[in-house]
Amino acid sequence: MAATLKISGWGGYLKQDAQVLTPLSLSACSDYVNNKQTNLQTLIARGMGRSYGDSANAPTVLSSLGLNHFIHFDGNTGLLTAQAGVTLRDILSVIVPKGWFLPVTPGTSFVSIGGAIASDIHGKNHHIAGTFGQHITSMTLLLGTGEIVTTSATELPELFHATCGGMGLTGMILSATLQLIRIQSSFIDLKTIKANSIEDACEQFEAHSHSTYSVAWIDCLATGKNLGRSVLMVGEHADHGGLGLTIKDPISLPIHTPAALLNSFTMRAFNNAYFAKATHNKAQTVSLIPYFYPLDAIGGWNKLYGKAGFVQYQFVIPKTNGVNNMRTILTQIAQSGAGSFLAVLKQFGAANQNLLSFPLAGLTLALDFKVSTSTIALLHRLDDMVAAMGGRVYLTKDAVMTESTFKKTYTHWQAFEDVRHRYGAVGKFASNQSKRLGLT
Amino acid sequence: VKKVLIIGATSAIAEHCARIWATRGDALFLVARNDERVNSIATDLKVRGATSIATYALDLNAIDQHEAVLDAADKAMGGIDTVLIAHGTLSNQKQCEKSVALTLDEITTNALSAISLLTLIANRLEDKKQGTIAVISSVAGDRGRKSNYVYGAAKGLITRFTQGLQHRFANTKVKVVLIKPGPTDTPMTAHLKGGGANLAPVQGVSKQIVGAIDKGKPVIYTPSKWWLIMMIIRHLPKFIFDKMDI
Repeated sequence: MAATLKISGWGGYLKQDAQVLTPLSLSACSDYVNNKQTNLQTLIARGMGRSYGDSANAPTVLSSLGLNHFIHFDGNTGLLTAQAGVTLRDILSVIVPKGWFLPVTPGTSFVSIGGAIASDIHGKNHHIAGTFGQHITSMTLLLGTGEIVTTSATELPELFHATCGGMGLTGMILSATLQLIRIQSSFIDLKTIKANSIEDACEQFEAHSHSTYSVAWIDCLATGKNLGRSVLMVGEHADHGGLGLTIKDPISLPIHTPAALLNSFTMRAFNNAYFAKATHNKAQTVSLIPYFYPLDAIGGWNKLYGKAGFVQYQFVIPKTNGVNNMRTILTQIAQSGAGSFLAVLKQFGAANQNLLSFPLAGLTLALDFKVSTSTIALLHRLDDMVAAMGGRVYLTKDAVMTESTFKKTYTHWQAFEDVRHRYGAVGKFASNQSKRLGLT
Repeated sequence: VKKVLIIGATSAIAEHCARIWATRGDALFLVARNDERVNSIATDLKVRGATSIATYALDLNAIDQHEAVLDAADKAMGGIDTVLIAHGTLSNQKQCEKSVALTLDEITTNALSAISLLTLIANRLEDKKQGTIAVISSVAGDRGRKSNYVYGAAKGLITRFTQGLQHRFANTKVKVVLIKPGPTDTPMTAHLKGGGANLAPVQGVSKQIVGAIDKGKPVIYTPSKWWLIMMIIRHLPKFIFDKMDI
């Protein structure tokens, strides 16, 4: 199945006319990768298209959405095997009623397993559970040679550690086995904590480092004594309330709203209201779906930023001197006045062995920017600051990073390239992003 | 537990209907041409909760095999409560115009094979005095149009035949459901996407279909707006219709 479409990442900023191939079987995947007739120079696997920039953009993309089948679920051990195009949303509908949950989940359930592995995604429990890839017990990968191999932390480990977080550049992920976690309830016991400054927020993260889930909304427009004011939300799986699950179809936002609606005035008003509305030390029990996936209720929320789209920027800086460094960066962002609502702050746990994985022990901040030439310039300035502080920017959200910043901050990039050479990925798998970042 | 026979089980619409039934814990019997794909779907439906599942590989143009399929389904599930006939191909109109053989093949695949199945299934359900037959026709069957009248003619034949069955089973416990999807986002229509075709998400279409089957509704357009669109298209005077490039 082939179609020529205009594709983009979730931010909608970088667009690409692409031939979209949708194989419906494993043999069809091999055919596309091997096929000389189609004259494919390079291709990249694409799942739900929820990476924000151009990670899954290329002139030819191999959609995993035809590979949307579960393969096995063991209700006793919590091991789930599924094809790469199965979404986390689909998984939740099967596992939650049986008392299981994802070991790691991002802020949207509309991502495929393949995408989750390729991005080595993290969630609100990173400080305890690490990344998604750390819970993959094994996966099958279609190499550039046409061969299908099984890889895990013990089987072809170098390929495994390159593929988790490898942005699809080592091959096409076909299926994976995931170790789920037990839950007693489909509810979350949630505590809200208000922090009046960035120092206060970081202290609260430390104080709640034993909590399973922790994340903070942060007001990126606040300045002066309010700089870094945040609302922390810490959560635990409840032990009451039962395992019922309602997954509603999203309300769709069918058209792009005029970008002018999101300006510094409306966003400041939103942020002020959000901070004022939050109640310090409030405890409540909330359902799992709105807790983890608040934005999933609105389909196409990305259209809020208008046709030009937006970029999401997420970086991490090391723990040492982290609070001061974060203050420096927040000051820069607040001065620009370009930050948006829904900025998210979190304290990460330790880094893992995956070669291009994003998280490292320290503070991470994610925020949206409406696209404009001045915001792109701002992002380059922020990139330099983050790199100088020993941090890095999340590839899944990146749309503008330069090759030199990438190679300076992703220090294992050469080892990653070596693995790609050894397993026949070079010249077969490439995205617009990988070309921009100077990967072969 | 309902016992559901699905003919053309690798069609995206059928597969998504099957997912809903699997989640409810129904028993499923899947018939399709492509072995690899139907087995993959069966494994998936098992994980999603199907009580029992069996598959049968068959090219449905082999009309002399139809009785054997129904026997196999009956035996595997211990009866048949609901049948969904969903197989078909989207004919290439331009190529059909140049080839009688291709045109007749398309009519066989999209209409005659379904009519054979409908005939056999109707008699079985009549004997049992209950059950539901659902068949996927198309909005394309409502009025012949130059862009796809071969496909449209086949679906029109199904539509009329099904109407006849509905008349035959009026006031009985045998329900006959005629389903007319509009253009739906499936692998069958993937090539239309680039042209900016407005395709409905298959999940929503399937949800409406299963709902109609539950209620035994005689006719369903899905998405529902197609009822209005086709009502207008059916009634357009010829002099306006002839000016339209559809």
